[in-house]
Amino acid sequence: MTRGGDKLFHSIGKESTKVKNCVERGAVKKFAAAINDLHPIYIDEEAGKRSRHRENLAPPTFPITFDYGVIDGLHLPQKGLIHGEQTFHYERPLLVGEELYCWMKVKNYVEKEGSQEKLGFLFVLNYGEEASGQLIFSSKQIIILNEAVRKEMLTWPN
Amino acid sequence: MAKLAHYSVGEQLQDIKLAPVTRLDLIQYAGASGDFNPIHTVDQEAEKAGLPGVIAHGMWTMGNLAKLFTPYYEEGFIEDYSVRFKEMVQLHERLTLKAQLTKKHSNKLYFDAAAVNQAQKEVIKGRIVFRLYERQEEVSCL
Repeated sequence: MTRGGDKLFHSIGKESTKVKNCVERGAVKKFAAAINDLHPIYIDEEAGKRSRHRENLAPPTFPITFDYGVIDGLHLPQKGLIHGEQTFHYERPLLVGEELYCWMKVKNYVEKEGSQEKLGFLFVLNYGEEASGQLIFSSKQIIILNEAVRKEMLTWPN
Repeated sequence: MAKLAHYSVGEQLQDIKLAPVTRLDLIQYAGASGDFNPIHTVDQEAEKAGLPGVIAHGMWTMGNLAKLFTPYYEEGFIEDYSVRFKEMVQLHERLTLKAQLTKKHSNKLYFDAAAVNQAQKEVIKGRIVFRLYERQEEVSCL
């Protein structure tokens, strides 16, 4: 275990409390524009009504914009994190206008000797479900934390 | 446009060539995604982090890669989408998005997908499982 790593180890298995998120029409349009994919299925209301789901869809990586709540004792810095891997799984596409309850869980944290220093690997799961509790999507992130980031976390409260 | 269900194993989707990456692309993505890590927008911050300059958000590239499939959302949807971030993407790089059908099983189409840079290096590499709403007749039966 390294300095700063203990908070990360202690976060294993912890979950955040659910946060209500809305798949907001304007946010979907801005997101589609930012990935240069302004397809009618995302942004044209009429096209949405004529489509299979009778509604516009959100792009598959849109859940990156959601609020998943906070995990006690785990405050990741905004700077210095490296995104290693990302996966999404869907039961059905996300519909514009729907509300989802989102939360996250720390699945695991490991430290491994890298070529220059010891690196931390944080495995985070994110979930989004309907009010009924029906799961709509889940995603998994692998976040890599170097020594400097772990050190910075030491100085944070909690 | 041909239906995705009619593609055969080994066939590739039409490549999409992106315009060279600009700083504005990354500022726009930062705003739309809420990821304001300054290594994606501010040179000095990127250099402080040991980078040659600002780099694209990995999720910007992942978001772009999925658009190979956007025209097919009446047929089905992306059930699984996973990528590994392999190389940094810097300003002015020219990415090409690629996907190849590797397997068909029941109502699922399995693709290998990648974004490659102008040096033909894969910057992200991943897999997509596209689930068709209607089960397809086996082509081999025709």
